[in-house]
Amino acid sequence: MIEEIVAESAQIDLDAAYRESNVQVLLDELERELIGLIPVKTRIREIASLLLVARLRQQMNLSSEPPTLHMSFTGRPGTGKTTVAMRMAKILHHLGYVRKGHLVVATRDDLVGQYVGHTAPKTKEMLKKATGGVLFIDEAYYLYRPENERDYGQEAIEMLLQVMENQRGDFVVILAGYKERMATFFQANPGFHSRIAHHIDFPDYALEELIEIAELMVRRQNYAFDAEARQAFQEYLALRMTQPHFANARSVRNALDRIKLRQANRLVRQGGMISKDALMGIEAADVRQSRVFQGGAASIDSEFLVAPAARIEGGKP
Amino acid sequence: MRITQGTFAYLPDFTDEEIKAQIQYCLDNGWPLAIEYTDDPHPRNTYWEMWGLPMFDIKDAVAIMQEVTACRSAFPEHYIRVAGYDRSLGRATTALSFIVNRPAQEPTFELERLEFADRQVKYTIRTRR
Repeated sequence: MIEEIVAESAQIDLDAAYRESNVQVLLDELERELIGLIPVKTRIREIASLLLVARLRQQMNLSSEPPTLHMSFTGRPGTGKTTVAMRMAKILHHLGYVRKGHLVVATRDDLVGQYVGHTAPKTKEMLKKATGGVLFIDEAYYLYRPENERDYGQEAIEMLLQVMENQRGDFVVILAGYKERMATFFQANPGFHSRIAHHIDFPDYALEELIEIAELMVRRQNYAFDAEARQAFQEYLALRMTQPHFANARSVRNALDRIKLRQANRLVRQGGMISKDALMGIEAADVRQSRVFQGGAASIDSEFLVAPAARIEGGKP
Repeated sequence: MRITQGTFAYLPDFTDEEIKAQIQYCLDNGWPLAIEYTDDPHPRNTYWEMWGLPMFDIKDAVAIMQEVTACRSAFPEHYIRVAGYDRSLGRATTALSFIVNRPAQEPTFELERLEFADRQVKYTIRTRR
């Protein structure tokens, strides 16, 4: 495949190389399954082109440094950072940038030790697992705790910085977290900032996008909204978005989980013979029982706990 | 005397590329790998020293090769072997084990005779350095 001697006038079929890399399939999948996120998709497409061209340049014996692909994903919760990281690992694998294309998710606990001399082996272990793939460090700013000067996080940071520079071909590091806190983290660790070539910001979803996401999730889990339920869910989302602790797609998923719970509850109470449509169908009543409609501010517990029945039916005490 | 133990022992020594390919074969089969070393290759010396813990959850042979290299630089004059363990039910045993480093001057073995009651003789093998 690689030509030994390449003349100045030689040509390579870009389209063929593109098809061969199979990356279009992945990009299409990304387009289809990830709603919104236009800036993110654009950047991923740019990176894919960059890698493809880099590969062709290599075939033409135009040597250059392999591109640095460490990234930082910033955005509010539930905007799809982990999902995109997983796709990114696959894309990088198809374009031959990483050898295996798996994603290793790490948080502070996986990298930083409890006592002196514990951090280095832990970090090394994670780096070994991530070799040939992508190391995804969620909420990376927890690595750095300026308030405690004896914190071992700094040691992990230094090891990471070193391998990010020296073993560039072995893996890609993706840091993720909230935008503001990442900004302070980078300010305190300028080494990180300069070693990361791609800073990608994940925007919040608009209401229409969230509804599209919900439709996709419902379809994929073999449920179906009827017209009224769809309307009710739109109203629900519009209300929910204005409340605190709104976590974009994750809140949508949680809301759907609770709706499924209520649907199951309704079916069991109803009893008797049941059709396939009834098993799939979500009705407006399943949606409207939510406390969000009853003027209940979505406190933490309405988001994460199943509220006691009395509180659902009787409103707030 | 050239020690022949484990898989591939009768082949010429592997290059690093060939070792890496064998390691990747183990990883692709889902076998965790361990690195062991010893200075006494006696056939009865089954349990060699462990170089760190067995390495689980690793996908890429490069990570294991780093450890092989580290072990080699720490013990250049020892025997080092890489063992792949198949933990699948019905097998649960070392699936592949081969030597990746041997000393420049390999030891030999000598046969020792032990006089015993009633003119019996017992034999044993001793490593001679």
